[in-house]
Amino acid sequence: MELCPSIKNILLLDSEGNRVAVKYYSDDWPTNSAKEAFERAVFTKTQKTNARTETEITMFDNYIVVYKFVQDLHFFVTGGENENEIILATVLQGFFDAVGLLLRGNEDKREALENLDLILLCLDEIVDGGVILESDANVIAGKVDSHSMDAGAPLSEQTITQALATAREHLTRSLLQ
Amino acid sequence: MAQPLVKKDDDRDDEADYSPFLGIEKGAVLQEARVFNDPQLDPRRCSQVITKLLYLLNQGETFTKVEATEVFFAVTKLFQSKDIGLRRMVYVMIKELSPSADEVIIVTSSLMKDMTSKTDMYRANAIRVLCRITDGTLLTQIERYLKQAIVDKNPVVASAALVSGIHLLQTNPEIVKRWSNEVQEAVQSRAALVQFHALALLHQIRQNDRLAVNKLVSSLTKGSVRSPLAQCLLIRYTSQVIRESANTQAADRPFYDFLEGCLRHKAEMVIFEAARAITELNCVTTRELTPAITVLQLFLSSSKPVLRFAAVRTLNKVAMTHPMAVTNCNIDMESLISDQNRSIATLAITTLLKTGNESSVDRLMKQITNFMSDIADEFKIVVVEAIRSLCLKFPLKHRSLMNFLSNILREEGGFDYKKAIVDSIVILIRDIPEAKETGLLHLCEFIEDCEFTYLSTQILHFLGIEGPKTSDPSKYIRYIYNRVHLENATVRAAAVSTLAKFGAMVDTLKPRIFVLLRRCLFDNDDEVRDRATLYLNTLGGDGAVVQTGEDVKEFLFGSLDIPLVNLENSLKNYEPSEESFDIYSVPREVKTQPLAEKKAPGKKPTGLGAPPAGPPSTVDAYEKLLSSIPEFANFGKLFKSSAPVELTEAETEYAVNVVKHIFDGHVVFQYNCTNTIPEQLLENVTVIVDASEAEEFAEVASKPLRSLPYDSPGQTFVAFEKPEGTPAIGKFSNMLRFIVKEVDPSTGEAEDDGVEDEYQLEELEVVAADYILKVGVSNFRNAWESMGADCERIDEYGLGPRESLAEAVNAVIDLLGMQPCEGTEVVPNNSRSHTCLLSGVYIGNVKVLVRLQFGLDGPKDVAMKLAVRSEDESVSDAIHEIVASG
Repeated sequence: MELCPSIKNILLLDSEGNRVAVKYYSDDWPTNSAKEAFERAVFTKTQKTNARTETEITMFDNYIVVYKFVQDLHFFVTGGENENEIILATVLQGFFDAVGLLLRGNEDKREALENLDLILLCLDEIVDGGVILESDANVIAGKVDSHSMDAGAPLSEQTITQALATAREHLTRSLLQ
Repeated sequence: MAQPLVKKDDDRDDEADYSPFLGIEKGAVLQEARVFNDPQLDPRRCSQVITKLLYLLNQGETFTKVEATEVFFAVTKLFQSKDIGLRRMVYVMIKELSPSADEVIIVTSSLMKDMTSKTDMYRANAIRVLCRITDGTLLTQIERYLKQAIVDKNPVVASAALVSGIHLLQTNPEIVKRWSNEVQEAVQSRAALVQFHALALLHQIRQNDRLAVNKLVSSLTKGSVRSPLAQCLLIRYTSQVIRESANTQAADRPFYDFLEGCLRHKAEMVIFEAARAITELNCVTTRELTPAITVLQLFLSSSKPVLRFAAVRTLNKVAMTHPMAVTNCNIDMESLISDQNRSIATLAITTLLKTGNESSVDRLMKQITNFMSDIADEFKIVVVEAIRSLCLKFPLKHRSLMNFLSNILREEGGFDYKKAIVDSIVILIRDIPEAKETGLLHLCEFIEDCEFTYLSTQILHFLGIEGPKTSDPSKYIRYIYNRVHLENATVRAAAVSTLAKFGAMVDTLKPRIFVLLRRCLFDNDDEVRDRATLYLNTLGGDGAVVQTGEDVKEFLFGSLDIPLVNLENSLKNYEPSEESFDIYSVPREVKTQPLAEKKAPGKKPTGLGAPPAGPPSTVDAYEKLLSSIPEFANFGKLFKSSAPVELTEAETEYAVNVVKHIFDGHVVFQYNCTNTIPEQLLENVTVIVDASEAEEFAEVASKPLRSLPYDSPGQTFVAFEKPEGTPAIGKFSNMLRFIVKEVDPSTGEAEDDGVEDEYQLEELEVVAADYILKVGVSNFRNAWESMGADCERIDEYGLGPRESLAEAVNAVIDLLGMQPCEGTEVVPNNSRSHTCLLSGVYIGNVKVLVRLQFGLDGPKDVAMKLAVRSEDESVSDAIHEIVASG
């Protein structure tokens, strides 16, 4: 049994099952076509379910997949069949909420693509090579959007207000663009 | 030049599908990456270009080696910029490009500078990037910084170093192991995630040192772990320690209290991890199980689907081994049948089917019927399989369960689903005689409207075997003959064969069958016409080739006693010539070893609580195999074949296991041998059996194995004569003798000269249980009453101190080798007494029923009352003897 909780992949797809951003941490899907096949399978299987209020869960091909949807964004986290479901759900919630913070509540595909850099950094901060790095959405979002931070201030002390402030600044910038 | 794909900013609001990456092209982006080389860097623009590059990679685009190198060198220029956001993107980009060793050198100094920077964010990320792309030599250079980082006061930096350590341990264990002291210090960190990462790394460093892991667990379980994730880790390590020290008495299992305490933790993930760990303990007792089941039961009514799923999945697994422990949750479980999440509903149903008792079956079936209509086929298959095992457990309920199966058979469904249902019905027909006629009629109705040729032909074949043996075979004819009118050629041909079987077996139907078969002579398909002609002739309808009844039956019903693979090969090799193909020239030896293949210890599809596979019906296959060997052909009917018994340790040069075949007056040992040395070819393989400790046995024949090449299993047999109809027992010692020849691994050719050699195998025993067949009865009480008390033998036994009542019950069942009936092999929680019902057939075809009454006498002592009824009092006595001597 795998002793350390491990994440196989994190997927962010749109409402047609296309990739917005994905990150694989396991060799179970060696090629891009294997990855795409997995994404298609996950998407079709979960498409009709209602995962908008509560995180939903399913199991197939010996993987546990937890997922949550908002607007046209579908969030997924996959783990092995022996993984603790609640740990996976915690990681998903961290990712989901962090993206919510970073997109300032405008979670949709367009906003996500326009801020793809933030989403990729977000993925980078949640899991490192399958090991959970951080699952607290505020901390994740804080680490990602640290542009306005004092160079010396410890990251973990950045509060949600700060995170939102930096997010707001980001918004103004993109409007001025 | 116009670029029609790139939208202008003005119309982005009108375009629903607008994407900043619309029309993006790899070549253009690579061109854009030249801005990285500008003397005056524009951080914003550079960030955008990196994002585009990452977008391309993320969409599955690949860079050629040259492109990747170019991008990499350009990206390294960006270290000049002081922009934090850009630097973050640079880090991610370098990780994605995974540069080669000579490229890594270019960025090493920049990253090392970041690693010692005052900015924590730089330090943390530089560590992660550097450790990802580094190799061993570079690692020794930065080791000092990493050790410092592990105990850094900033948790992000410490975590980055620890997680990198976890990855590096795979490639450079000797270096990472030197960090133990720092890691140990980090385990005491106040930051939750640092503690988690440090614990994971520390355990991985020490995982091969059992004593150290033991110490780690015992010090930490005393309570200094704050992070829920770290607590989950600790629970996993603890259960590992428990598993490895499994020899101690269950009563004082070490660390159980810790696990139980975790059930009261405030984090759900810890509660669940602990509950799951408890349910997975080896030989967990009911007392240990109860608190875990209680918290899982609470999860069942949670508003969160994840919790419900986790709980029901765990309980489903528990139900396989401890069905009684889960019954308390049945009410909560029943409400989950209507759960929105179909995975949860399916798991709930299959759990209920495992834990349900006879009285709840009907109610359950009603609920399932509503449920079946709105789930996917894959879930339906799981349910069908669960219902099949339920029916085998409660044969009295076959009527309602069979009805259910036939109802769902009529509904919409794909091939796999229909096949699962048909297979289930066939198994039930085979195992429950009372269900045969209704089952066959259901199948008949199904083929009236079946779109799957494969299933139709399978069912027709099955009808041909079972139909003629029923009380009124004529009622099936209509269904079969309808196929001849309405179906495609394959099904028509199968129907013709089935008709012929009825004609051969039921004399009264013969004239009518002839009429029907004659009509088939005008079919427009060759195969159908040929079959009809053939059957008419063999059955003597046209008076052309009248054979004796026996021959006809053998021809129509006798199974092909040649392995199909061999036949296929022979036919392929046959060249059309004057000489016709001789079926007797096909070798009959089974090359592969389909019956005794070792089960792969790896992953088993536990799926959605797939039920454990039932014992495969191997008896037929064994019987076929043995009757094909002339030496054993006159031994009569095979009474029983044991499961394979290993005679060698795992991973030895030669792997041998034995199957004991019991005949009325003979015993045949089938040694399945595998040669695991590629450089050797074994020839003339025999097993020399010393039966000096088995006085009643006398060796009569042995069949050597001509050649045993590498990794291609083969069998050798030894036969013994024994007094007819008695359960002779004894011990046999075995020696494998063979001629070994060297094989040149490059050419695969063996040398001509061989050396004789021997190899000692383990002993093998023929025990009393080998003479009892597991045969269930559907209604034990009826069978018991009708057997009468004429040959009843009752006695009491003290079994001495036992671990638990359940353990004692299982020991006696194993000793007798009989079939537990009505689910009585399961001992309810905390009970002090238990009655177990067994049934079987003793050698000589004598039915035996056993009623075992167990009671706890004092704290651990188990007493047992054994009542045996059979058709022969000597057999009743023999059962008592088995128990008395066991």
